[in-house]
Amino acid sequence: MNASPPIAAHLDRSADGGNVVVNIGPSHPATHGTIQIVAELDGETVKRADVHCGYLHRGFEKEAEHHTYHKVIPYVDRLNYCSALNNGFAYAEAVEKLLGIELTRRCIVIRTLLCEYNRIADHVTCVAASIMEMGAMTAFLYLMTVRDYIFEHLNHLTGARLTYSYVRIGGLARDLPEGWLTRLEEILVFTERYLERIHGLLDHNRIFIDRTRDVAVMTPEHALNWGFTGPTLRSTGLALDLRKDAPYLAYPELDFEVPVGIKGDNYDRYYVRMCEIDESIAMVRECVGLLSDGPVSVDDPRVTLPEKEAVYTEIEALVHHFKLVSQGIVVPAGEIYVSHEAPNGELGFYLVSDGTSRPYKLHVRAPSFVHMGGMHTLLEGYEVADVVPTFGSMNMVGGECDR
Amino acid sequence: MTERTPLSFGAIERELGPLVERSWQSFAMPVLELRVDNLLPVVAGLRDRFDFALFLDVTAVDYPERSPRFDLVYHFYSRRHHQRIRLKVPVPAERPVVPTLTGHYGSARYMEREVHDMYGIEFAGNADLRPILLYEGFVGHPLRKDYPIEREQPVVPYRAG
Repeated sequence: MNASPPIAAHLDRSADGGNVVVNIGPSHPATHGTIQIVAELDGETVKRADVHCGYLHRGFEKEAEHHTYHKVIPYVDRLNYCSALNNGFAYAEAVEKLLGIELTRRCIVIRTLLCEYNRIADHVTCVAASIMEMGAMTAFLYLMTVRDYIFEHLNHLTGARLTYSYVRIGGLARDLPEGWLTRLEEILVFTERYLERIHGLLDHNRIFIDRTRDVAVMTPEHALNWGFTGPTLRSTGLALDLRKDAPYLAYPELDFEVPVGIKGDNYDRYYVRMCEIDESIAMVRECVGLLSDGPVSVDDPRVTLPEKEAVYTEIEALVHHFKLVSQGIVVPAGEIYVSHEAPNGELGFYLVSDGTSRPYKLHVRAPSFVHMGGMHTLLEGYEVADVVPTFGSMNMVGGECDR
Repeated sequence: MTERTPLSFGAIERELGPLVERSWQSFAMPVLELRVDNLLPVVAGLRDRFDFALFLDVTAVDYPERSPRFDLVYHFYSRRHHQRIRLKVPVPAERPVVPTLTGHYGSARYMEREVHDMYGIEFAGNADLRPILLYEGFVGHPLRKDYPIEREQPVVPYRAG
């Protein structure tokens, strides 16, 4: 069988006679997610790099145009599958704003709590994967233990470990189950204990510092020019964080710091993420304190399904249920851009509605995709062995990058 | 924290008004509609005078019945004002060419490639418009409304039976 490569790398044609062109990926253990880096090497030094993505493209935006608003939710979960809840909440907010829906107090607090809880899991995964590639197996296993505790706990809440489909337009699928908050506190304490071990293993570790300090350095101006957001941008010392700058959900009520780095290298990206986990743990606890009783979904016949009991006993409720399920939610015509501070950076949804029950256009501003657009600038000039730690520190998630 | 200076809609209109066809606010975000020729001066003005240092996003919306057929939609973020702005540039299907923003923002490189893939809009001056989410040899532009969702173009032929 003759399968041609999907994209011709322009390096093949222009490489210097003495240089070697090396393919890293698309299927390489360190390219968790499928991505290809074509690197032109002079000895051990990367002279030029060409980053190809798209191997995981599955037409999310096209699919969204053919699904009702609720049926888009499972697709949204599969963008950044390490923090699916954050994706879902950002998408739901875009639809809710077009509909003019005010969420209930309990829903806002639970969503904020889950955003931060999922952020812990996402950061833990990123740090775990990138240090494992540098050989730190113990730290990797510690962090994966934390991650799995969180995923099992979210499984208890939503019924799935990774792709939760937990958000609903106007609320949430269900309220917190009995005993969930007790277990939450146990996991937070456990996480703190394990994070201390990670700090102990890595912060002053000669090998770790040699591999990450002064590698892939960038200035704030460079980061802005290439569209970096989130922890990657903050590692350069710029405190841009949507939770502070354009607060949404319950963030205006929370007391938290925005950790920043000093030189924007791989070490700073590690450290900023670790500090953000600390902040997130504190924020989750604050949210638990803010929780009040009440419904988790709005009582709005345009979006909320009637009670199951009523569907089986009253004809109006049955018709209402049938209409919402078969036709879907009708969203007034308009356009909106909603962005949240996802664990990777600014996650934006640009939604255009034409007044029907399906999006006319739904575009995702995926932080991973934009980051890959600037990643070659962080690889060029460094050694080929730095490619893997640098790539790991960007936390590229294929599902989100390629959509 | 940087200090928050609210950006007045009026200030943008005063500075860039002559270059803009229409402007309004949508969910607290200023929206400027402009002609293709004015894109570069408006972007430069936003970046240099209002500190819109972050080029967030570019995408297109296809209205097959309308002329001009496409709306190119840009989003920018101002570091000083903590505010976003949207630019809308109508682009005709007969000549879908707009100037590239790669001269102003590095991030435009990748994002414009995606729009080129999905809508077939040319970005004059972007030297690298190879496919990015699609592959070489892909026929058509999948996010155009007239591209049927069930059309398949496998790179490797399916196995028989």
